[in-house]
Amino acid sequence: MTSKRLRLAAWGVVLVLAIVLPFFFNAYRVGQFTQAMALGIAVLGLNLLVGYSGQISLGHGAFFALGAYTSAIAIVDLDVPYLLALPLAGAVCAVAGFLLGLPALRLRGLYLALVTLGVAIATPQVIKRAEGLTGGTQGMTVDKVTAPAWSGLADDQWLYFVTLAVTALMFVLAAFLVRGRVGRALVAIRDNEIAARTMGVDLARFKTGTFAASAMYAGVGGALFTLPLGFLAPESFPLALSFAFLAAIVVGGLATIAGALFGALFIEFVPVYAADVDEALAGVIYGGVLILFMYLLPGGVMGLIRKIASMKPRPRGSDDAQAGAVRRLGDRAAGGGAARERVRSQ
Amino acid sequence: MERFIQVLVDGWATGSLYGALAVAVVLIYRATGIVNFAQGELAMFSTFIAWGLMQAGLPLGLAIAGTLGLSFLGGMLIERLVIRPVEGGEVLTLVIVTLGLYVLVNSLAGWIWGFGNRAFPSVFGDGSFHVAGAAVAVESVGIVAVLIALVLGLYAVFQRTKVGLAMRAVSFNPDSSRLVGISVGRTLMIGWGIAALVGALAGALIAPRLFLDVNFMGGVLIYSFAAATLGGFDSPFGAVLGGWIVGIAENLAGTYVDFIGSDLKILVPLAVILVVLLFRPTGLFGSPEVARA
Amino acid sequence: MSLLEVSDLEAGYGPVTVLRGISFSVDEGRIVTVLGPNGAGKTTTLRALSGTIRRSGTIRFDGEDVSRHTPEKLARRSVAHVPEGRGTFTGLTVEENLRVGAFPRRDKQGVAEDMRHCFRYFPRLEERRAQHAGEMSGGEQQMLAIARALMLRPRLMLLDEPSLGLAPKLTRELFKILERIAREDGVTMLLVEQNANLVLQFADDAHVLEAGRIVLSGTAKEMQADEGIRRSYLGV
Repeated sequence: MTSKRLRLAAWGVVLVLAIVLPFFFNAYRVGQFTQAMALGIAVLGLNLLVGYSGQISLGHGAFFALGAYTSAIAIVDLDVPYLLALPLAGAVCAVAGFLLGLPALRLRGLYLALVTLGVAIATPQVIKRAEGLTGGTQGMTVDKVTAPAWSGLADDQWLYFVTLAVTALMFVLAAFLVRGRVGRALVAIRDNEIAARTMGVDLARFKTGTFAASAMYAGVGGALFTLPLGFLAPESFPLALSFAFLAAIVVGGLATIAGALFGALFIEFVPVYAADVDEALAGVIYGGVLILFMYLLPGGVMGLIRKIASMKPRPRGSDDAQAGAVRRLGDRAAGGGAARERVRSQ
Repeated sequence: MERFIQVLVDGWATGSLYGALAVAVVLIYRATGIVNFAQGELAMFSTFIAWGLMQAGLPLGLAIAGTLGLSFLGGMLIERLVIRPVEGGEVLTLVIVTLGLYVLVNSLAGWIWGFGNRAFPSVFGDGSFHVAGAAVAVESVGIVAVLIALVLGLYAVFQRTKVGLAMRAVSFNPDSSRLVGISVGRTLMIGWGIAALVGALAGALIAPRLFLDVNFMGGVLIYSFAAATLGGFDSPFGAVLGGWIVGIAENLAGTYVDFIGSDLKILVPLAVILVVLLFRPTGLFGSPEVARA
Repeated sequence: MSLLEVSDLEAGYGPVTVLRGISFSVDEGRIVTVLGPNGAGKTTTLRALSGTIRRSGTIRFDGEDVSRHTPEKLARRSVAHVPEGRGTFTGLTVEENLRVGAFPRRDKQGVAEDMRHCFRYFPRLEERRAQHAGEMSGGEQQMLAIARALMLRPRLMLLDEPSLGLAPKLTRELFKILERIAREDGVTMLLVEQNANLVLQFADDAHVLEAGRIVLSGTAKEMQADEGIRRSYLGV
């Protein structure tokens, strides 16, 4: 069996598992898995931005929040059906992402990280301030999604399957983007902007485009995330959320699509389980995992899986993408002088 | 008019606090090109240690002095154990490691001391006096004075001592530093130690104003980054000046600009960072090598 | 016994091996040069000696085995390496560059004396003592790099292509100064050079490196007379 067939088979298995899953767990658990999928969409978006195009964003939570609130406002205030609210949230976030992508063109590496950090920190405050729209600190309630009679499913199961469908769609879309011309251009940009430019890659278009796409994914994820809960408030979108997304792509594997699944499962379930033991301990584990992964498994879980599967011949493109992400993302940082030398040469 | 002076003086004092942490951030950036996102949390941890020492019976002054020493050692250990394995690596790797440190230290503090808040006494006491009709707290003046003394002290260390020379040499050219017999690793450890010490000092100055809790430095961090960016990321003096400007601007905006009020003050540092990085990336005092197009 | 004895030195970068086991020695007080075409491994040799890249084999300095010494440790044993590209501290002043060159030394008087000594060799540096090294021309930076190495009071100086990027007149001036330093201060020198013509006029011994191996050794005079060398490296 060729490697490509093997990979498709693996995805097939995952899909089958995903389909039967809700029938084995209670409503609460199913809701958690639904949320994990929503997170997965957002994580995938961040991976497009950070892993593939090499732009460091610490502000992903802001787009997640924007998507969540856009969808909530559409459903509650504008009577938009929830299925339409999803693409609406995506579109609004895409525009916002594009707008943020414009100044981001002039910032790189640490500086972009800094600015996006500021955006993430400001997000809860801005939400509170826009009380008129967002309900401020009171938050907003969104009516729970009910399953249509013909499906024969419980409400939580119906929502699960809707989310699964959207997730599958988003993942397939990302796979096409990444394996084609666009993906190659992104990797070229990430690894060597100057070379990419001389090869005719329109940097501005790709970089802002990626910002927009990444924001759209976050927006759709955000909109889906709030449906199981039915409630959102400024506290739902703290700085820690943006950190969590970053942790997810690190754990899952930079510049991988499948990694988003692992990353999302990690950030959905680990804090919950660790918090059962001790709330503070959850954070210690979180932080420790981040650091240890950078030492031991910079390629994330997917990197490990690929290493294990390395007996079989691997397809060229995707692994170069991942290897590059881990090896050459951005500039080198040590020795101020050395960093400055390289900074100047760019 | 009185109100204006009040706002100005308060902003200056708050700005000094931002500047204090910013100096720590800048020290590390200068030495290693790394932006330490965990600087605030390390300072918070140090402040808790000071609090713990006081609970154990030490008077405030001794507790702080002891904390400064312990923080110096802690900073050195962190460089050696946490940062060294990834030094020289990609920007993203370092961002993630320092973020991981942020989360780890924050939670560790919560694990040890809990998530409640507590009061932390000020070294300067509660007194105040009047200037042009406005009430000025002794503490505000004290903070500014400490900061100025700090910057002068750092200047002396960097410009006049052998260790300072080594640190500057390493920041410009670690390879050549080895060739003249400088142990780069040890020098970096000292740099991180000093930064941690400065951070601890910042924490001890800030804690009396906000309550001492696990998240009290989180709010300060972005302001300090704005201060450092404005000052030019490799100038401690710039960081202080940047802090003053950010503090005063924030207070003025919060008081006189209705749209901002007290909720959206957080937009001030974000705006500062954005404007500086887009239009004058070297900041006020940064060296041109720091600039990016 | 030679000041520097190298046996079977292998070195390279990552998976690529550049030096394939070279052996040579440098006697105290001599000026020795390593010649060869680009890519032969000349710079690699110096880097291997000072410990900045991975290497295997034996290196003995003044009888002591320094094969595993880090660059810092070797510098403290009085071996000064003037690297390719000069490696000056661009953000420090000329004077600070010199002071940092004497980093391992504790004799303040000696250091001050040596700084005056350096300024005598390089009066242009004294004129610029408070300037930032980054503002100086290539030639001045080369002088600074050598002066900095001198501040260590080295017994052995390793120089990597000191003539690189310098005008011929400046290069001749520089080599004259290097000769004075070698003879008057008793500094043993190991130079790697592209400019065979010039360096053979003032070196004592020479080795020719090709594709990571030493293919010819002898005194400089013998080299200058050799037909093959004349054709390949001296353009005669």
